[in-house]
Amino acid sequence: MIIMKSEYKIISNIIKENTRVLDVGCDDGSLMELLKENKNVDIRGIEISKQKVQTCISKGLTVIEGDAEFDLKQFPDKSFDYVVLGQTLQAFINPEIVIEELLRVGKKAIVTIPNFGHWKVRLNLLIQGTMPVTKTLPNEWYNTPNIHMCTIKDFFKFSKTMNFRIFKSLALMNKNVSNINSANLSFKNLFCELGIFLIEK
Amino acid sequence: MNVKENIKTLIIKKPLKLDCGQIINDFPLAYETYGDLNKNKDNAILVCHALTGDQFVTGLNPITKKDGWWSYAVGPNKSIDTNKYFVICANVIGGCMGSFGPSHINQKTNKVYGTDFPVITINDIVNAQVNLLDYFGIKKLFSVVGGSMGGMQVLQFVSNFPEKTKTAVPIACTSSHSAQNIAFNELGRQAITADHNWIDGKYSSKNTVPEKGLAVARMAAHITYLSKKGLQEKFGRKLQERDDLRFGFDADFQIESYLRYQGSVFVDRFDANSYLYITRAMDYFDLLKQFNGNLSNAFKNTKAKFFVISFTSDWLYPTQENKDIVIALNAIGANVGFVEIESDKGHDSFLLDVPDFLRALKNFLDKSYIE
Repeated sequence: MIIMKSEYKIISNIIKENTRVLDVGCDDGSLMELLKENKNVDIRGIEISKQKVQTCISKGLTVIEGDAEFDLKQFPDKSFDYVVLGQTLQAFINPEIVIEELLRVGKKAIVTIPNFGHWKVRLNLLIQGTMPVTKTLPNEWYNTPNIHMCTIKDFFKFSKTMNFRIFKSLALMNKNVSNINSANLSFKNLFCELGIFLIEK
Repeated sequence: MNVKENIKTLIIKKPLKLDCGQIINDFPLAYETYGDLNKNKDNAILVCHALTGDQFVTGLNPITKKDGWWSYAVGPNKSIDTNKYFVICANVIGGCMGSFGPSHINQKTNKVYGTDFPVITINDIVNAQVNLLDYFGIKKLFSVVGGSMGGMQVLQFVSNFPEKTKTAVPIACTSSHSAQNIAFNELGRQAITADHNWIDGKYSSKNTVPEKGLAVARMAAHITYLSKKGLQEKFGRKLQERDDLRFGFDADFQIESYLRYQGSVFVDRFDANSYLYITRAMDYFDLLKQFNGNLSNAFKNTKAKFFVISFTSDWLYPTQENKDIVIALNAIGANVGFVEIESDKGHDSFLLDVPDFLRALKNFLDKSYIE
């Protein structure tokens, strides 16, 4: 997965200072560091890779090795102001359960998704007839961790099915951030690489 | 075992009420220190030793003339860097390296305590150790660190003295000794007490030692510290200095010879009654029960930052038991990190050269220290 610096900046802009944050799938802790520095948050991470947990420890970050699909249940209801899930929703076996858990543990959740509705992805499949491989989705079908890809539009539909509210929806296109609304949804769904959502149950 | 010249001892005058109800006072607590305590007295780390450990954490153990039990982790520039931190370690009470234990003379009877020594608990051990903080004038430790039974002491310490440490590192341990662990300890105790030289614990008065029983206890326990894979890779079915089986009960296999050796060297340095008492302390350890089934309550008053470490091949204190501690801490929003280290070396991993472990421990401590 390509980590986008601009994605982190957007997340950091959403999060208020002096809050409690849980970064689910915190990777090497880059976002955690950024938030700690800029927002003075009390931040914890959960990460499945032992190697990445080690990296986080070497940065002085509080991280627990674990699988978000099973290990979020140890956190009490609403014990964090924000729970962040960056570009990993599509990698879970049960995204529904994960979303439920995010919204149980966090007062709010910030979810980012690589947009499978992007024109390059669509064109890739249409013209080449093979599973799309792009800058944001660099893996082949057989080794991708992304087993539940979705589009920005899908996420809106998902919010209705799962009964959560989207407070803020931002689109990232060539490092430019814009708001997504019902009027421009189809357009954003075609041209944006990443959707960033602030949600609440 | 007598108190030897090389052993530093603090005589604890303050009465200590043990969990068994007895009160002890004016008792010795043997300890060792490494590194220097800084001016602010905020760089002290209390290291808690495991079942057969002692206060000689690193460098040459002056009594056994062997390397200290945690030489891989503790020393200049090591994970617990003695250039930076002041390391204190006490021999547990009930032990046999100078602290008040069953091999001491009972002033009332003028005889060695033996089994007249009171049964002690992890709680008692920790309550005795905390006196060292007062002795050195340390209000708050930088960290309390320990593996196995040492980890249990870490948990008990934070629970008893929630404001006396900035960080806590329980390693390869549990909050409640499992049936399997009690079973292995009982096996060891039975081996000792079945030795006819044990003489109801009064062996020292007859100038003898239940060597065989203690050696068997050690052998059985030693197996539990290793992993199946580790044993297979190290020994397999290799034969001991012979080309073929001898069709007898001599040590044909290297693993047999290895275990016999481990047993025989152990009896030279450890007291059989201490083994009974300390394994009992471990078996009685049940922080969960102490807090009426809610482990979180053990830690609700502390702001300490925790780092829990387990090992993949540790089947004695498996990852799940370590994770239960993490879960209890997360349930109250405590500051806790956790990592399971990949290692084939079983429970003993924390004592050995396991670079991922040593690095994680160092990083955690060094980063937490500058915070």
